[in-house]
Amino acid sequence: MSKDDDTNQIAEEEEEEQPRAFWSGIIAFGLVSLPVSLFPAHRGKIALKMVDDKGTLLRRQFFSEDDSRPLERDDIVRSYEIEKYHYVVVEDEELEALEPKRSREIDLKRFVPLSSINPVYFERAYFLVPDGDTTKAYRLLARSMEDEQRAGIATFVMHGKDYLVAIVAEGGILRAETLRFHDELRTPDQVGLPQRQAADRKAVERIRSAIRKLTHKQFDAELLSDPQARNLKLRIEAKLKSGTGVLKAPEEPEPAEAAGNVIDLMQVLKERLQGRRPQHSEPQPSKAARAASRGKPRSR
Amino acid sequence: MAVRAMWKGVIRFDSIRVPVKLYGAIEDRNVHFRLLHRGDLEPVHQSMVNPETEEVVPYAETRRAYVTESGDRVLLTQAELEELEPKPSRDIELLSFLPLHAIDHRWYDRPYYLGPDEDSADFFALAEALDEMQVEGLARWVMRNKSYVGALQLYQGHPMLMSLHHAEEVVPLEALKPPAGPALDKRELGMAHQLIEMLESEFQPQEFHDEFRDHVLEMLAAKAKGKQVKKRAPKPREPSVDLSDALEASLRQARKQA
Repeated sequence: MSKDDDTNQIAEEEEEEQPRAFWSGIIAFGLVSLPVSLFPAHRGKIALKMVDDKGTLLRRQFFSEDDSRPLERDDIVRSYEIEKYHYVVVEDEELEALEPKRSREIDLKRFVPLSSINPVYFERAYFLVPDGDTTKAYRLLARSMEDEQRAGIATFVMHGKDYLVAIVAEGGILRAETLRFHDELRTPDQVGLPQRQAADRKAVERIRSAIRKLTHKQFDAELLSDPQARNLKLRIEAKLKSGTGVLKAPEEPEPAEAAGNVIDLMQVLKERLQGRRPQHSEPQPSKAARAASRGKPRSR
Repeated sequence: MAVRAMWKGVIRFDSIRVPVKLYGAIEDRNVHFRLLHRGDLEPVHQSMVNPETEEVVPYAETRRAYVTESGDRVLLTQAELEELEPKPSRDIELLSFLPLHAIDHRWYDRPYYLGPDEDSADFFALAEALDEMQVEGLARWVMRNKSYVGALQLYQGHPMLMSLHHAEEVVPLEALKPPAGPALDKRELGMAHQLIEMLESEFQPQEFHDEFRDHVLEMLAAKAKGKQVKKRAPKPREPSVDLSDALEASLRQARKQA
């Protein structure tokens, strides 16, 4: 299966999606520095958890390959196979020390017309929330960029990877939209697509008239709703109502890892956009947990 | 170096039927790391364990459950989950056609090139029609047990299927309120506009490349030869104290560099 095949992603990966900051750092606009955090602008689908046949929530555990000893998360390191069977260990600090400035800052050195970015480059969107004591610099940047219909362009390093990013202002809110690097997008030639050939006029007219019948002026986002997700939700609701296949919450609290997504992304975004700090300290994933999620290709 | 087709389907709408092949448009250029055990650099694996008994539950014996906010678990049987899967099909069904850019890029997920399958005559006629009419199509299809929505559009003259996020996945902008606060200072706003204009340019994707990737590979090569690698913690920049002063100084600096 080709490497860029994203159709085989297991749903369980999405249970890791917690509404916590993806990155925190500084937006540099000239000499103005604006502390921000990035939150995903997309949320996962309905997350299903893995249980055993009695309904007990299961936990992920690392084991050593040879003798199946259970391993603590901090026993795990990331490594790179530099030659066959020759692994080099990579520590987070080493990656960060490579380019400290770009690991902490999104330095907006140029502003481009929003319309000059071919949308095919947009990869993933994050909301920027202000982290400082005041929202003034945030509002100033958002307002002036939106007025000018320009996006700020920069590269920065997040979680051990280089990102090209467009900072876009819309409705007074700043978004960081990661862009694909030029060489990540295959050209039609690289794929080996045939050159466009002259088409039979009759066939074109037949297709045009069929297109006309289906043409609408406005885009209806309703058409993008996921029938599978809706059916799954209906099924869950029906089962909750009838009580079949429903296990009541255990008396003792479940380990934190197994508990459901209690905090909603929307809630977090609404509060953080108004500059309110989180009430509870955010759970910091262990080093290896972060390493683990970085070790695999970014889940899409 | 040609890329292999990953899927075959048939574009359908009205009486039109165009067989196509799908090709991934994204080249994976990430540095892939592997997780190892720190002590002996041996491979590791992950398994699911029962937290009460610490016993490993083989993947084939795992079941799925939805956990409610109060912690109740709704068990879903294998049969139920299979029943909820989309029906396999080769159809790429066009739901509607829209003026170009009517679908905002916030919905965009992943691009796939389309190429002709079997008879190519209608394939190029479709490209021609999309070109002449300046429209894009909204399509729905099922690929490997997953339902997709996508935009059928031209990229550099070639038909492309841009998969889109499902409606439920995109956080609605309308539901969020922008940060509030006292009115912005006109003078500061003027300076911010000026600074943006001074830093204005066109977007040239070729100008940027993944430098960090090169640096990571260099560092790893050095480390493999036994060289010491830096581990210094970077010093973060302080937030600006006075916005007006910072803007003024930025403008002076930008003028000097211009």
